[in-house]
Amino acid sequence: MDDAPDLRAHPVRGAVGAAAAHDSAHKHVAGAAIYVDDIPEPPDLLHVWCVMSPHAHARIRSIDLADVRSAPGVIDAVSAADIPGKNDIGPMVAGEPILAEGIVEYVGQPVVAIAATSIKAARTAGALARVEYDVQPAVLTVDDALAQGLFVAPPVEFKRGDAAAALARAPNRLSGTFRIGGQDHFYLEGQVALAIPQEDGDLLIHSSTQHPSEVQKMVAKVLGLAANAVTVEVRRMGGGFGGKETQPAMFAAIAALLAQRTRRPVKLRLDRDDDMMITGKRHDFVVRWQAGFDGEGRITALDMDLAARAGHVADLSPAIVDRALFHADNCYYIPDVRLRGFACKTHTQSNTAFRGFGGPQGMIAIEEVVDAIARRLGRDPLAVRRVNFYGTTDRNVTPYHMVVEDNIVHGLVDELERWADYQERRRAIDAFNRTSPILKKGLALTPLKFGISFTATFYNQAGALLHVYTDGSVHLNHGGTEMGQGLFMKVAQIVAEELQIDVDRIKISATNTGKVPNTSATAASAGTDLNGAAAQIAARTIRGRLADFAAAHFAVPREAVRFRRNEVEAGANVVPFATLAALAYRARVQLSATGFYKTPKIHWDRDNARGRPFLYFAYGAAVAEVLVDTLTGEYKVTRADLLHDVGHSINPAIDRGQVEGGFIQGMGWLTTEELWFDAKGRLATHAPSTYKIPVASDLPRDFRVRLLEGARNAEDTVHRSKAVGEPPLMLANAVFFALKDAVAAAAGAAPSLAAPATPERVLLAIEDARGGAATP
Amino acid sequence: MPKVSMTVNGKAVSAEVEGRTLLVQLLRDQLGMTGTHVGCDTSQCGACVVHVDGRSVKACTMLASQAEGSQVTTIEGLAKDGKLHPMQEAFRDNHGLQCGFCTPGMIMSALELVKHKPNPSEHEVRDWLEGNLCRCTGYHNIVKSIQAGAAAMRGGK
Ligand code: FES
Ligand code: FES
Repeated sequence: MDDAPDLRAHPVRGAVGAAAAHDSAHKHVAGAAIYVDDIPEPPDLLHVWCVMSPHAHARIRSIDLADVRSAPGVIDAVSAADIPGKNDIGPMVAGEPILAEGIVEYVGQPVVAIAATSIKAARTAGALARVEYDVQPAVLTVDDALAQGLFVAPPVEFKRGDAAAALARAPNRLSGTFRIGGQDHFYLEGQVALAIPQEDGDLLIHSSTQHPSEVQKMVAKVLGLAANAVTVEVRRMGGGFGGKETQPAMFAAIAALLAQRTRRPVKLRLDRDDDMMITGKRHDFVVRWQAGFDGEGRITALDMDLAARAGHVADLSPAIVDRALFHADNCYYIPDVRLRGFACKTHTQSNTAFRGFGGPQGMIAIEEVVDAIARRLGRDPLAVRRVNFYGTTDRNVTPYHMVVEDNIVHGLVDELERWADYQERRRAIDAFNRTSPILKKGLALTPLKFGISFTATFYNQAGALLHVYTDGSVHLNHGGTEMGQGLFMKVAQIVAEELQIDVDRIKISATNTGKVPNTSATAASAGTDLNGAAAQIAARTIRGRLADFAAAHFAVPREAVRFRRNEVEAGANVVPFATLAALAYRARVQLSATGFYKTPKIHWDRDNARGRPFLYFAYGAAVAEVLVDTLTGEYKVTRADLLHDVGHSINPAIDRGQVEGGFIQGMGWLTTEELWFDAKGRLATHAPSTYKIPVASDLPRDFRVRLLEGARNAEDTVHRSKAVGEPPLMLANAVFFALKDAVAAAAGAAPSLAAPATPERVLLAIEDARGGAATP
Repeated sequence: MPKVSMTVNGKAVSAEVEGRTLLVQLLRDQLGMTGTHVGCDTSQCGACVVHVDGRSVKACTMLASQAEGSQVTTIEGLAKDGKLHPMQEAFRDNHGLQCGFCTPGMIMSALELVKHKPNPSEHEVRDWLEGNLCRCTGYHNIVKSIQAGAAAMRGGK
């Protein structure tokens, strides 16, 4: 890597389309990649431990920290009363504390933060904190919150036509209640922040965050500082998945508060159990629906209420509920529709962003409806899915009045059906089930359509910063963050393509609020679309200046200047890129540029639930096959075939990794990952011993993954690529409906199954369906 | 404070540790070898796997004092003369990582498997990895990497 660069002409390494390794792969395999907790500890470092609420809901009568402060090793201890600025890190709605103020609203809520010379000293001193509570009644579930009308934000409604009237005249009607569980992020690297005091009372904060600009803003607000006094840097995260979008602000702010008070560096790293107790998760939902449909299963009317457990404060819940509604159509046209969304207030962790951001819950809800209709009519669910697909020229308007212009679901599903031998296997499985009394197989094909863009339009902007040095090497910076998804590599490939230089000549640098300001979270799958486009614009600016210079220098027309193969041609003159950079410098050409991108076309009128919130849609589909032991409910995913649309891929290896990883993570959500709260609102599954994310042996026995070939984004995105971070998670819907298919085969009746479909639930569903239906 | 001595990646080290200091704490906090990661603190995730006297061990489960006199190998000790071990190369070349947090533990664990099974089947690799969690990759490329790494090691590369 450090060898002298090859300046002779050669094809550009790591250009757009190359299946290049992750930018840090060589460091990861050597244990040389630095995460926040690996930064060499500054002298005098203090470690923080938080005293957490033992109650789901209580008034704080008093806090006495005298004994804590005099405990061995303790340097400082704080509660809400010690916050100099505002005790509020609410990203959408004001009033979300870093330390409980007057009231605690979930088991695990930080009340006191203790800084000590070791984590052990801080934790030991925690037992000496005297906090007195008046316990209040707690609201723990969506059902209770709905019954009491408790919400963290006003309900929302999307509608088109007249759902009630259309339901009344529908030839067939069906209704149901569907429960969808939450999910812990379980990023392997837990939440961590390191705050280091600087001159003038400024702070440098290393935070494992997807949203450095928000950490900067929130820390400044909590400490009563200007934003320019706080610099936040993040080189990489050990996974994020949405769990490091808003959540890190709390830990960064607590560390910063203690650093400000003690004038010493302060680190706050949560251990796994504390992380799971304190941080918000994917929202669990309760969905109630009523659908009208014709004899083929074509939906004519839908009335659906989607209620999410938001937790104690809003966090991002209003936007997450919106995105659930945005995806409660999935690929299906619904002529008369009313969707209502509720962000229910409960005395639990404040649920937050998680890959898909409510979209997966909305999408699986409509899949449940389609599946139920198919089973009522005795038709193959794939046939019913098909009759409901959005059209390409008509039947193409969503419940939020956006026209679906780029629909490719028909062709994609046809291709998957052929490639995965769906029909053949359907027949074989039905035959197997007829003769196998105990073991039953299930099969399902589910499609997905996922809207790309932040639905809050203003977030759809990004900045980049690019320097070319006189040896032709390049420094690249942008507002996106690297959490393993390969963003840094893809953006570097885009710059390599633009400048026609090897990607290893481009230094990828840590995201830093001092370099590119006011950034959006790396979220909504939009990392490459936004930051890649911004970096491309910056690179084009520099290339343009270099081309102007080369034309003048070599006295050729501008059109005769070409960048290719690590060289620049100016008519008959050919020089290495590095040589041109050095010449341009001496001619006083600016070799540094910023790039700024904002997504075109999008607009959203939230009050009237109308607009074009998304620039485009990503599509995909999956077939899953399962084998269920009907005596125990245990099962195995025997095969999965995934076909996913990433447009024109900037890096097919990275994109494929997102598809595989997203699918398995989605499978975990829908099968093994069960969050279990006791009657007092205490999360009982707060460690991997009881909370089961997928392990390698859970992989489908036969796992086939393909990116849709020849695909191109219909919209003018960077290199016509498509976002890939979130959508593949929803390919896992196929696993859930394959399990339902097997349960139906076992019971001979339409089953009722909640997510996650744990073996216990599968067994119960079989027994319920058998008991509840006259077996034919 | 009691003193422990051991060999880490071929170098003799000794340090004063409290009785309850874990091996992973010694490595990370006292020796500054941060390639060994902590993902769960409770012996579940495998991010902290190292080799002690040639056997893979979760370093968050072992006291530093239990490694007294032992030969410890961490992820930092695999490369020889600046050249990555074939298993490390295989993870890099087969996209066996995303965020990379699980990678050191995966590689150390994989090397133990290959010792017992020089040519592991896909199924054997999947079963072996029961104690190593990865939240990013979906394991598919990790399994491929391990098989490729095992092949390269058999080839005596
Ligand atoms: S940190 Fe040792 S197994 Fe997770
Ligand atoms: S690559 Fe992120 S946990 Fe495995």
